[in-house]
Amino acid sequence: MDTHDPDRPRGRALLNKLLRDRGELESDWTAAMRAFSQMIVEENLLDDELTERLRQLQEVQEIDGFDPFGFEPEFLKWVLPVGAWVYRKYFRVEAFGLEKLPEGSVLLIANHSGQVPIDGMMIVSSCLLDADPPRMVRSMIERWVPTLPFVSWFFARCGQILGTRENFRLLNSRGATILVFPEGVRGINKTYDKAYQLQRFGLGFMRLALENNLPIVPVAVIGAEEQAPAFFNAGRIARLIGAPAFPITPTFPLLGPLGALPLPVRYRIYYGDPMTFSGDPDDEDRVISEKVDEVRDALQGLIHHGLEQRKTFWDIFT
Amino acid sequence: MTQDEGTSSKPEAKWRSWRKRRRTVLITGIAGRMGQALARLLHRKVKVIGLDRRPCDALPKDVECYQLDVRRRKAEDVFRRHTIDALIHLNIMYNPRRSAREHQEFNFLGTRKTLDLCHAHGVGKVVMLSSANVYGAAPTNDQFLTEEAPLMGGADAGTNWVRHLIAIDMYCSSFFWRHPEIETVILRPVHILGEVGSVASNYLRLPYSPTVLGYDPMVQVVHRDDVLSAIELALKPGIRGVYNLAGPGAVPLSRLLQLAGKRTVPVPEPLLRGLQGVLWRTKHAFPTQQIDHIKYVCMVDDSRARTHMRYAPRHDLEATLTAATQL
Repeated sequence: MDTHDPDRPRGRALLNKLLRDRGELESDWTAAMRAFSQMIVEENLLDDELTERLRQLQEVQEIDGFDPFGFEPEFLKWVLPVGAWVYRKYFRVEAFGLEKLPEGSVLLIANHSGQVPIDGMMIVSSCLLDADPPRMVRSMIERWVPTLPFVSWFFARCGQILGTRENFRLLNSRGATILVFPEGVRGINKTYDKAYQLQRFGLGFMRLALENNLPIVPVAVIGAEEQAPAFFNAGRIARLIGAPAFPITPTFPLLGPLGALPLPVRYRIYYGDPMTFSGDPDDEDRVISEKVDEVRDALQGLIHHGLEQRKTFWDIFT
Repeated sequence: MTQDEGTSSKPEAKWRSWRKRRRTVLITGIAGRMGQALARLLHRKVKVIGLDRRPCDALPKDVECYQLDVRRRKAEDVFRRHTIDALIHLNIMYNPRRSAREHQEFNFLGTRKTLDLCHAHGVGKVVMLSSANVYGAAPTNDQFLTEEAPLMGGADAGTNWVRHLIAIDMYCSSFFWRHPEIETVILRPVHILGEVGSVASNYLRLPYSPTVLGYDPMVQVVHRDDVLSAIELALKPGIRGVYNLAGPGAVPLSRLLQLAGKRTVPVPEPLLRGLQGVLWRTKHAFPTQQIDHIKYVCMVDDSRARTHMRYAPRHDLEATLTAATQL
């Protein structure tokens, strides 16, 4: 595409033109978003490599339109350029061990940290941008997320789904890479004094893995703890505004909404060796938690390995 | 009923006589749009009798119709006069402009009376049309609810309209267990579109479709004729139990409205809830209690109906949507 044509409308003018071309639905906000994505493509913001990866992904997933969970591969066209920029430029993510991911369905178990679930986004991006062939990761999200306006819609279109057992089974039967944070809110909202210490793990993921014979891959995310180190979690304020937590960080709420931006730390994501378990998925909690502890120990080991790679303080950022 | 033809002559004669006599199906609530369409579908295949408290004019000539309230003693005469083989229970009122008490009395007491009559007069099959709304739209719902999912539709305040339906649905379930000799079928279809007065159809007939800003759940719709065909399939001997019915496939609400050629008006939720009262009184909106259905997911898994009943919806999404907006 010739981007140097002086008569070609650009920016806002292009957006308006695309909206006009779309005709009767121009007042529709989803149509506006679609036009915006088209603008990204026409403005060449989506470079050839990303386009190629998306195409490969769609071939692998063999979905057109929407899948039953509301995932729209087309939607990635406008999320991916932003995601790729955040992944490559803002957090300068390095992913190690992606080649260890087994073929077919796999369950990724990762540590959760950083107040805002950017770690999930970075794991998804690493599998999309650095894995060969690209994989779509579907993560199991918290039960209160569907109550949030826009967030619920956005997550659904990006292929993230509500974490229930039935959803897991259905997803697994379709052959998917499923990401679970067994720590949940306990992990993401912990204060910095507990950084890189794994919190209590839920047992549900192990029962589902046993039931479906899924290989488990531990994924350690290093760096997310420093993106928003919290001194203190103001539980009362959180309850007042109906949020799960209200972290006080060096920048938030001191600098207002701007302070909620994560610091530009460097992310390092370590993929571990696949682990397989066998046994009765309906066994006692005691038996299941022994298996869960094995995964937890493997993940903690992976985190230690990752932390050892950071020699000096500046390694956090560079 | 399932005798081989090669056995002794006596059962064969019985079989023949059964074959000669046309099966009789009683449809309660026949004057509604659903009932009328069902009568037109069935009247050439079986003998159709109707029962409704509303006047029933637009029915085929060979349909015998009784205009009376099922709660009255006289209703039993219908059962005395005819040998009824199957009952299709559509006599469930849903009119949000009527009081909750009237709903409860007419729907629940009417259903109870109808089922008691079925038991007393040896009706072999009862088909009841419930709705997938009994599961309720909630943020914590599984993407596809099976028949075993709890009936949580009445959990929130202001969902009286679905509580009646849950009560009836559960009463029919208990009837299923109390009377194993009667084949009871409960059908739970998703939002029915077509020439019916369902809330979903009415929603699609609004000039502008209000949506909740920031929410776009996946929805399922089913064509009225597909539901009717499922009712017909449920009449087959051997079919019993609860069956979910879904339509052609799940799409986001925004895509559905786009396919229907609707202009959407995304409204922030508090504003929508506030405006609803006013719009409702001026007859320009759908009931407030239904807002959860355009916010959260309430979809069903109908694989049981597809395997047991060989239910297969024939209408695709476009045909289903056209049917809704045609009326």
